Amino acid sequence: MLWFHNARLIDPETGTDHVGTLLVRDGAIAERDGPCPDGAQAIDAGGKCLAPGIVDLGVQVGEPGAQHKESLRTAGLAAARGGVTTIIMRPDTSPAIDTPEVLEYVTRRAQARTPVNIRAMAALTRGREGREMAEIGLLLDAGAVAFGDGERVLRDTRVFARAMAYARGLGALIVGHPQDAGLSAGACATTGKFASLKGLPAVSPMAERMGLDRDLGLVEMTRARYHADQITCARALPALERAKQNGLDVTAGISIHHLTLNEFDVGDYRTFFKLTPPLRGEDDRRAVVEAVREGLIDIICSMHSPQDEESKRLPFEEAAPGAVGLETLLPAAMRLHHSEGLGLPQIWRALALNPARRLGLASGRLGEGAPADLVLFDPETPFVLDRFSLLSKSKNTPFDEARMQGRVLATYVAGRQVYPRGADDA
Amino acid sequence: MTFTQKHLLGIEPLHPVEITTILDLAEDYVALNRSAEKHASVLDGMTQINMFFEASTRTQASFELAGKRLGADVMSMAMAQTSLKKGETLIDTALTLNAMHPDLLVVRHPHSGAVNLLAEKVTCAVLNAGDGRHEHPTQALLDALTIRRKKGRLHRLTVAICGDIAHSRVARSNLILLGKMENRVRLVGPPTLMPAQVGTFGVEVFDDMRAGLEGADVVMMLRLQRERMDGAFVPSEREYFHRYGLDAEKLAYAKDDAIVMHPGPMNRGVEIDGAIADDINRSVIQEQVEMGVAVRMACMDLLARNLRSSRERARLREVTDG
Repeated sequence: MLWFHNARLIDPETGTDHVGTLLVRDGAIAERDGPCPDGAQAIDAGGKCLAPGIVDLGVQVGEPGAQHKESLRTAGLAAARGGVTTIIMRPDTSPAIDTPEVLEYVTRRAQARTPVNIRAMAALTRGREGREMAEIGLLLDAGAVAFGDGERVLRDTRVFARAMAYARGLGALIVGHPQDAGLSAGACATTGKFASLKGLPAVSPMAERMGLDRDLGLVEMTRARYHADQITCARALPALERAKQNGLDVTAGISIHHLTLNEFDVGDYRTFFKLTPPLRGEDDRRAVVEAVREGLIDIICSMHSPQDEESKRLPFEEAAPGAVGLETLLPAAMRLHHSEGLGLPQIWRALALNPARRLGLASGRLGEGAPADLVLFDPETPFVLDRFSLLSKSKNTPFDEARMQGRVLATYVAGRQVYPRGADDA
Repeated sequence: MTFTQKHLLGIEPLHPVEITTILDLAEDYVALNRSAEKHASVLDGMTQINMFFEASTRTQASFELAGKRLGADVMSMAMAQTSLKKGETLIDTALTLNAMHPDLLVVRHPHSGAVNLLAEKVTCAVLNAGDGRHEHPTQALLDALTIRRKKGRLHRLTVAICGDIAHSRVARSNLILLGKMENRVRLVGPPTLMPAQVGTFGVEVFDDMRAGLEGADVVMMLRLQRERMDGAFVPSEREYFHRYGLDAEKLAYAKDDAIVMHPGPMNRGVEIDGAIADDINRSVIQEQVEMGVAVRMACMDLLARNLRSSRERARLREVTDG
């Protein structure tokens, strides 16, 4: 039993942020604002924040296939340090998570190697090739929480429509990557003066809206449960809003990078800022921050995409896209708090409550009975990030040498402390 | 010293005074190149390596000649055929060459920003001889020198840049340079060959070539690559020539004394009529080639001076610290 006291309880469900106590018994939250029962270990939070652990929807782990970039073990350590208590793995491994066997292999290895919860998103089509649908039913039974082909756009609308219709029958959640494949081919920047002067092949934000429009059309047709992995530009927001108003079962996510960085951060061809989709202009960034504030964009994730040095030390066009984010998600999200004025419960709705609800997980809450997946953090502590201090195997963070605020003090999974680790089980 | 750059990666980092410094020095080299001697010794003892990851004839020859006339040991490597095919990365190639202690590295690469990346990894001065669609600074400088000599000034001129702006590093460097020197820049071409949001560049954009050439002092034509003409960006070669090829009829809209420029190599009958290209009263295309050698000599001379003084400072620091 753990009894936290003198803690600022950040509760996204009730939208409250007040000092209180929290009792953890048998790996679950047992009581709020009660006295310390006999035999409980009392933990003085020192007035710091205690919130539900982050549920990170869309983490790329290199295992199997690219363990040199990130293994289940290092991803787990990074997550624990970042306050992420549930990792939702993307299916873009090699081989892809497109059969119950691969899913089982990954889950089994994850359980033995990672201190945090790992759940998997499975591929929607075999080999993520967009031709034949994967065994959605069997994968669902094996524990897949969602289905998508990662950052590959499913070009064939007929295949997509059938997969959606089939998934709907099972109540499975589809995760789409809204992007027009034709317009975005070969692009590594967002169209605009910056990309033009830098001579980079660019894609219009319109490609995202067109991709979203197409996906929403299919959702309207099939009534599938749909989540857009990343909505990053203003142009796509009205379509999303309309779909929600019309009662479609639709949610949208965004990476923390698109909320806190813009295209100018690329600067002198810095490849750590090469992301999918590419970073947008400041107008778009501000629009999506507002959309998170209003709840139109439901989920914030890290889009953790580890890349080794060799994949990044290349001319911008040739470099691999993606950035690691498990350990910087929380401090970067604090920028939304400190600079954009979002409340902590509001931020935690997008970081924990909404993703957990969308995936049917019991976590993401501070309510009684919820799993004691918790993060204790100080939203104020300033620090300068050194990328070599990251626990991720890959160090490709766009926040290298950035001034950040907000540090994780401790992370608990099912009431067990997973960060910092005691000397005995280090 | 009015030139403070360590590398010449683009026009964008240059101050107008630095541009003028390069052009003034280039004038001296024009005179030298026309003399019988054609030799200076400012790069004596220095090694210049030309790395061309993309095929080039005239730019490479121009840099090679410029280095030799200044007394450098010059080596040219056709990188398109060598190590990259064997899987070596750009940075490894650069580090390998850097270990041979070159003083000047001249680089052309098919990807934007590749030369900037390389410059971060080496200890010598790097000259950008064209990177992707980004910049081609010596081309813009030689164009500027040509214009200044023909027009007597490099400000308050109306310059029409015509053709494939979107894919052209020459256009980018030129529009930045001409803007910095306070000229009126017009871009002429079909919308498919214009960069996105070109309206924010501080230039005038014309779809109609006649309107774009109206009253221009300088007409700068760009090369249109053949693979872009087969329906991908423009419907056909003949339609392109009809609408955007420079012929006497369209040129008549420009000022009577307007000059015609082209960075080469030309597609006669596609973007420019052969008769215009050969008209010695209008075309300055041969002069551009001549200015190219002089401008490159000036750039290398200035970079070598900065390199020498930074090395001297480092040596003095070592002496005082040691």
